[in-house]
Amino acid sequence: MPDWLQLMIDSFPSLLYAGLVFTIPLTLLSFVLGLSLGFVTALTRLYAPLPLVALARFYVWLFRGTPLLVQLFLIFYGLPKVGIVFDPFPAALIGFTLNVGAYSSEIVRAVIESVSRGQWEAAYSIGMSWSQAMRRIILPQATRIAVPPLSNTFIALVKDTSLAAVLTVPELFQAAQRIASTTYEPLVMYTEAALLYLLFSTVLSWGQTRLEQHYGRHATHLGGQS
Amino acid sequence: MSIEIQQINKRFGDFVAVDNVSLSIEDGQLTALLGPSGSGKTSLLRIIAGLEAADSGRILLHGEDSTDRHVSERGVGFVFQHYALFRHMTVFDNVAYGLTVKPRAVRPDKATIRKKVMSLLELVQLDWTAARYPSQLSGGQRQRIALARALAVEPKVLLLDEPFGALDAKVRAELRRWLRRLHDEIYVTSVFVTHDQEEAMEVSDRVVVMNRGRVEQDGSPEQVYDHPANPFVYQFLGSVNRFPARIHQGVAEVAGMVLPLAQPGDHSEQGQLYVRPHELDLFAEATPNSLRAQLELVTVVGPTVRLELRQQGSDEVIHAELPKYRFRELGLVQGEQAWLRPHGARVFSEQLG
Repeated sequence: MPDWLQLMIDSFPSLLYAGLVFTIPLTLLSFVLGLSLGFVTALTRLYAPLPLVALARFYVWLFRGTPLLVQLFLIFYGLPKVGIVFDPFPAALIGFTLNVGAYSSEIVRAVIESVSRGQWEAAYSIGMSWSQAMRRIILPQATRIAVPPLSNTFIALVKDTSLAAVLTVPELFQAAQRIASTTYEPLVMYTEAALLYLLFSTVLSWGQTRLEQHYGRHATHLGGQS
Repeated sequence: MSIEIQQINKRFGDFVAVDNVSLSIEDGQLTALLGPSGSGKTSLLRIIAGLEAADSGRILLHGEDSTDRHVSERGVGFVFQHYALFRHMTVFDNVAYGLTVKPRAVRPDKATIRKKVMSLLELVQLDWTAARYPSQLSGGQRQRIALARALAVEPKVLLLDEPFGALDAKVRAELRRWLRRLHDEIYVTSVFVTHDQEEAMEVSDRVVVMNRGRVEQDGSPEQVYDHPANPFVYQFLGSVNRFPARIHQGVAEVAGMVLPLAQPGDHSEQGQLYVRPHELDLFAEATPNSLRAQLELVTVVGPTVRLELRQQGSDEVIHAELPKYRFRELGLVQGEQAWLRPHGARVFSEQLG
């Protein structure tokens, strides 16, 4: 067996451990929290009074317009200067959540608006309240449209979590870095890390296809009137 | 009175959609709001439903002031031109939904809902589609499901916005006959909007003709067709020929032809004679007290023959219509002369026309 393969096999448990214990939880948690934040932000932008709308727009503008790495540095290294100190993992979680929230709010807003006004009117006309119509008529239809763009955000997030390495979170990439620096085999180690990220995002894309099938089961064709 | 419309006004910017309209619609009646596009008929219907707010005026449903009530609390059923079925739900769920979202206290139990939905689906003759999704149905089927969905919540009034507008001619004709029979069966007070005068005539008990946000005429289909209140209604309900006429002492004179006038009034000197194509008698030979014209075009449409004629020196085409057998009997020939005389007509004075 060649040396490089031996190294890959030997280091695999540490990398997989870092992935399963840090990368994946960080991804899932910040996605769920970020999507919730995005949902609230979207509803605020669509239905809230003007000052709140302005606040939501400001948040989206700020977090889409600045680099994620800079945001993470500000939270972890900057905020302690004013007495706000986070551990590495929470700091990363806050950074990713705020970032995902900003991007996904635009997706949520767009898909809610894409459901035709007639669906609202039809729901009202059979006696549904706003929240019933939103929950039972609008969101289920919006979800189907939202799956592909939200999957994009999700897969990007899987890879972006590697930035948490700079906040000393011992996730997948940091584990690879650590082993590379002791074995002097960066080519092998970073290739292995890349393969693991590829594996994670492939599994997640497969999940997206399943979700699309689930939410699209009523559609034998796209578009048209119903 | 089921629906009481009191002095409703609605503007969109500078455009006056509904101009001070008042109407009363009786229990169990099927009323058509008929008019060209932009006449305000759809706006008025949406205001009755509460989908649009009027600028002023009031809407009473069964004597109850509903002006400030939300759509979902008005107890109206609404059928949309483009169906607006819930595309992520089966046909069964679409119809059942209005019942399942009712507050717990008044919600029927599952078995009752199921029974009710199935009987509604039978009523619209689509019980076999219960498990399908809307995208698997044809346009006509979707609209019948939309109707079943609207009826499920037992609305006090049923409102239909150009319900057959998106369907092809054959399905449309079938469905409107079906709607008429259905209405006779369930007898719910209904208002439907259409721009198709034939549809209004065939389906409704009462026709309200609208134009530029106002009611031009209101009456039974027969009244409106046979006794149009003004030139607009005359022209909107089918094709019409107009002849300039001089009116004096109870007769109208058109290019030497003298016709007695049935209706009193309209004593102006100049007027317009309105004659429908089927109200023209035709002759192949010179006939006293008639108009001479050249027969320019003959078109046979099934059992009916449509003729285009033109008086000498005139640009106006005169349309006439008669049964094919009658056309044969007369021996009229395309390109030859013909003589015509109205056997029914109305005169409107110049100011109105």
